[in-house]
Amino acid sequence: MTGIDTTQLTPERVTRPRVSRWRTRASGDARARAVALILLIVGAVIIMVPFFWMLSTALKDPSQVYAYPPVWIPDPIRPQNFRDAAELVPIWVFARNSATIIFFVMIGTLLSCSLAAYGFARLRAPGRNVIFMVLLATLMLPSTVTLVPTYIGFNSLGWVNTFLPLTVPAFFGSPFYIFLLRQFYLTIPRDLEESARLDGASSFRIWWNIILPLSKPPLATVAVFTFFATYNDFFGPLIYLNDRDKQTVAVALSYFTGSPDVGPQMQLLMAMATLAIVPSLLMFLFAQRYFVQSIVTSGIKG
Amino acid sequence: MVASKNIPGAAGPGDNPVRKNRLSIRTREAIECYLFILPAILGLLLFYLGPMIASFVLSLTDYDLLTSPEFIGFENYRELVEDELFWQSLRVTAIYSIVSVPVVLALGLFLAVLLNQHVPGTTFFRAVFYLPTIISGVAVAMLWRWIFNTDYGILNLLLDKVGIRGPGWLTDDRFALTSLIITSIWTFGGAMLIFLAGLQGIPSELYEAAELDGAGRWRRFWTVTFPLLSNVTFFNLVLGIIGALQVFTEAFVLTNGGPNNATLLLPVYLYRNAFSYLEMGYASAIAWVMFLIVFILTLIVFRSAPLWVHYQSEGDDR
Repeated sequence: MTGIDTTQLTPERVTRPRVSRWRTRASGDARARAVALILLIVGAVIIMVPFFWMLSTALKDPSQVYAYPPVWIPDPIRPQNFRDAAELVPIWVFARNSATIIFFVMIGTLLSCSLAAYGFARLRAPGRNVIFMVLLATLMLPSTVTLVPTYIGFNSLGWVNTFLPLTVPAFFGSPFYIFLLRQFYLTIPRDLEESARLDGASSFRIWWNIILPLSKPPLATVAVFTFFATYNDFFGPLIYLNDRDKQTVAVALSYFTGSPDVGPQMQLLMAMATLAIVPSLLMFLFAQRYFVQSIVTSGIKG
Repeated sequence: MVASKNIPGAAGPGDNPVRKNRLSIRTREAIECYLFILPAILGLLLFYLGPMIASFVLSLTDYDLLTSPEFIGFENYRELVEDELFWQSLRVTAIYSIVSVPVVLALGLFLAVLLNQHVPGTTFFRAVFYLPTIISGVAVAMLWRWIFNTDYGILNLLLDKVGIRGPGWLTDDRFALTSLIITSIWTFGGAMLIFLAGLQGIPSELYEAAELDGAGRWRRFWTVTFPLLSNVTFFNLVLGIIGALQVFTEAFVLTNGGPNNATLLLPVYLYRNAFSYLEMGYASAIAWVMFLIVFILTLIVFRSAPLWVHYQSEGDDR
């Protein structure tokens, strides 16, 4: 795997007194580990402080929100803020809009990307690799470059202010996910397909009956990534949806930020923001195992 | 690259039936391949290559969506050169990228190295550091607005405790961009995960060997870790540059380009021209300049790669 030949180093290792080396290494490691652990804890605290402050504000009585010195643990704790926030805006309408868009984007992405990835990984055709390279090159294309013509296109189709500009493109593949799935398909042993092929199964059947059931983890990864990207997407809904009752959670939230300074009823704003991150948080906790692993594989390959 | 395993040279050159059969299998496979990748090809044409070309054509026109576009040659580009706001947005974007990208990479690498020390709770820490990357978006931007609030934000309240009078983070044009950069640094977790993956691919024998040669921790990092991780750094750098040039949500929600255009990142300026002023042609010209910048930067990074990226020879080519 590596260009450096490690076998050359073995003899020297044997000649050294093993025990003492082990001892110094172990004690050095222990110290290094302790330092690492302390630094990690400090880092984690710094990273989490903003989240804690968000939750703290969301649970505060209005009188404590702007208190000085700052109150870290609200007293009394006021969960009522969440209900008030949910009554202030039609939160369920926004949630349903987001869920609808995410549903179609997920289906479209999973179908189109896994089909394309199988084609690129397994089926030979002239020009296939060139197309794949072009597809990968588009990863470097900032989406802002294609934004205006794409908007004009959807506008002339009369699709602006519908979910279509946000969902339909998902059915036409996404370079990064195609790449990710292709890398996985390349690791599936060919023997499994070969026997099916000898039995006369079509590629489509092989994809459906053999490849898909084997690739649940990477498909789950793509689904999770799609969820985060779609749920957090701000630019798309912002330009394509006009009516307030068609908005997604992300854009609806931005309606309620006041002036850059003193926003009104900060505890309600933070309660809304907290509610808005709950779906991502749950998804993150449930799916962490899958997608962290995939970043590991795709990261190495990249 | 793709050796045909099915027929291991059993059929002689004159063996006509087999040859014919094999060709037809090939044709069938090619047709199937094209069918499988057809949606992706259409997507490539409809949402990437097509709009890219259309964007260039549009940049040569004056178009407001309502009346038909009028061809004006390179007028938009000429205007861009004289547009002070455009230069301002280039400057802001450059400062943002030049500070944010290296800091995010350095922090990502540092924490990845720490996480790789086999301390207890690695999974927990990894999740904590990655969390801001996942939850980025409007909710987090709102949170930062609250944190950066001049009079009641927690940041200034804490600074006040140590006797520093905090600035108007989002309202003072000397600090607004800094605030934006701070929020971006918070999301270093993506780069960190990719570094961590790279670190786990480095064989421990190399460290042991370096240790035997008397290399200390610092030396081991620079002689083993850094060179072997350079391709991962490269990947992160390319992703980071492209990402930094596309930041929109944070700039839009936190400051909307202000105060005094101090945070007018290129995408924000493009958005303003396209959707506030309906200057589709002008916005497309901005988009193309942006594309050229990304292209040139990526080219520089790729060209400079042989100088500092150490590629591991890959044993498997498939």
